[in-house]
Amino acid sequence: MSDDVAIVGIGMHPFGRHEGVSGMEQGAIAIRKACADAGIEWNDLQFAFGGSVAAGQPDHMVSQMGLSGLQFINVVNGCATGGSALISAYNTIKSGAFDLGLAIGFDKHERGAFRVSTGKSGERDWYGGSGMALTTQFFGMKINRYMEEYGISQDSLARVSSKAFRNGSMNENAWRRQAFSEQEVLQSQMLSYPLTQYMFCSPGEGGVALILARADQAHKYCDKPIFLKSAVVRSRRYGSFEVLAPSLALDYADGPTVDASKAAFEAAGVGPEDIDVAQLQDTESGAEIMHMAENGFCEHGEQEEMLANGDTEIGGKLPVNTDGGCLANGEPVGASGLRQVYENVLQLRGDAGNRQVPNDPKVAYTHVYGAPGISGVTILST
Amino acid sequence: MGQVSINENVMDLTEDGPRLKGMHCKNCGNHVFPMQKGCPKCTSDDVEEVQLGTRGTLWAWTIQGFPPKAPPYLGETDPNKFKPYGVGYIEIPGQLKVESRLTVADPTALKNGMEMEIVGEVIGQDEDGNDLITFAFAPVA
Ligand SMILES: [Zn+2]
Repeated sequence: MSDDVAIVGIGMHPFGRHEGVSGMEQGAIAIRKACADAGIEWNDLQFAFGGSVAAGQPDHMVSQMGLSGLQFINVVNGCATGGSALISAYNTIKSGAFDLGLAIGFDKHERGAFRVSTGKSGERDWYGGSGMALTTQFFGMKINRYMEEYGISQDSLARVSSKAFRNGSMNENAWRRQAFSEQEVLQSQMLSYPLTQYMFCSPGEGGVALILARADQAHKYCDKPIFLKSAVVRSRRYGSFEVLAPSLALDYADGPTVDASKAAFEAAGVGPEDIDVAQLQDTESGAEIMHMAENGFCEHGEQEEMLANGDTEIGGKLPVNTDGGCLANGEPVGASGLRQVYENVLQLRGDAGNRQVPNDPKVAYTHVYGAPGISGVTILST
Repeated sequence: MGQVSINENVMDLTEDGPRLKGMHCKNCGNHVFPMQKGCPKCTSDDVEEVQLGTRGTLWAWTIQGFPPKAPPYLGETDPNKFKPYGVGYIEIPGQLKVESRLTVADPTALKNGMEMEIVGEVIGQDEDGNDLITFAFAPVA
């Protein structure tokens, strides 16, 4: 493993609902915290990549952060927006172009399910008009089929949600901080069969900032730099089963998660067995289950037993979504992938407090998945 | 006032019900719905519009349990009047899997592999008061 790029500062604006605070302001607060964490000033930053889907153009924030003249590039890349900002920052440092920079992601979405408009201009939006432009339906269909194919029970879906809210209750930055029992999860409103209300995350608000530096300079900024071993984004291939697809091919291919995961492991020179803590996209609880296998952490179907054993709990063999995941934090799209990295940095530094994974975790994994069939993976190590 | 297709670029409304318009790739034989100008399988642009099959088997399904937002939704959005509806993918032999509303919203009445056929459903009204018809798939009786 080569140590090229380090994360030397992290900052987060709490996720949730924040009346009167714009998405960009939440991003700015996250940046100020990250700069303080790294012991630097805004003017020290040589470049920034900023991601937001619904809360304005990130580079506009220079007017409140400081007109330092830095290279600021906006990134919009569906649900992998935050992750794509990070990859861009990672590659910028790796290329030698700059030594110190920022990946910032923030967002602020309206309440309720994502509103997706798919119509061409001048035409009636038949897809949304007919009631099919809902990301929630894809997740319901995919897990429904998966449960039948691999013997996953509805109890397992409830276990994942219950774990998320339990972990979220220990996270001061989480949106949903109330623990729910598996029974309460199962008895909440059925939104998209077989998924109930408490099995889904909600669009939300928040911001996360990460300061990246050349690895050989990292100790200037912090005592315990965390190294970014790989950062990969992949889009879908022909035949995969994706969100918001009016048709699918007859052929079946693995989704972008499988491709991104393999590429990230290869680039980092580690395998799933080396991972001590993982943050996996849990748009809904079934997604976490499917993503455990798609990212190589188990075979399809083994999740049923792993969940019953508590393997993905904070004290288990492979702790998953230790900060409560999307389920407890909500999903501000531009920030969501960076939240996962923020949590892994805390875990690898040993700073995760009462949700700290025991036995000094050394290698950590993040994974995002979303529209329009895109996945991003990072691997971090101490 | 009569009945009109929700969008004639994707669906014709015939006396026998809705007929979907898809893309057929003359280079590799692949199908996509709706019509588009390039093939995602082989990258060719040698494509033509074809009518999709009207029967197939259910491949995946869920039930929409809450009213979608309007816009873009044209159907009932009042939570007190909204009725859940099925959504699924129907595998049309030799062509593709098409996403569709289902006429059935009862989880005990839906099973992957069951035979389905296309029917029309009123989803709303246009500016002139005509019924807007979209497509749905119903179990073959
Ligand atoms: Zn083709």
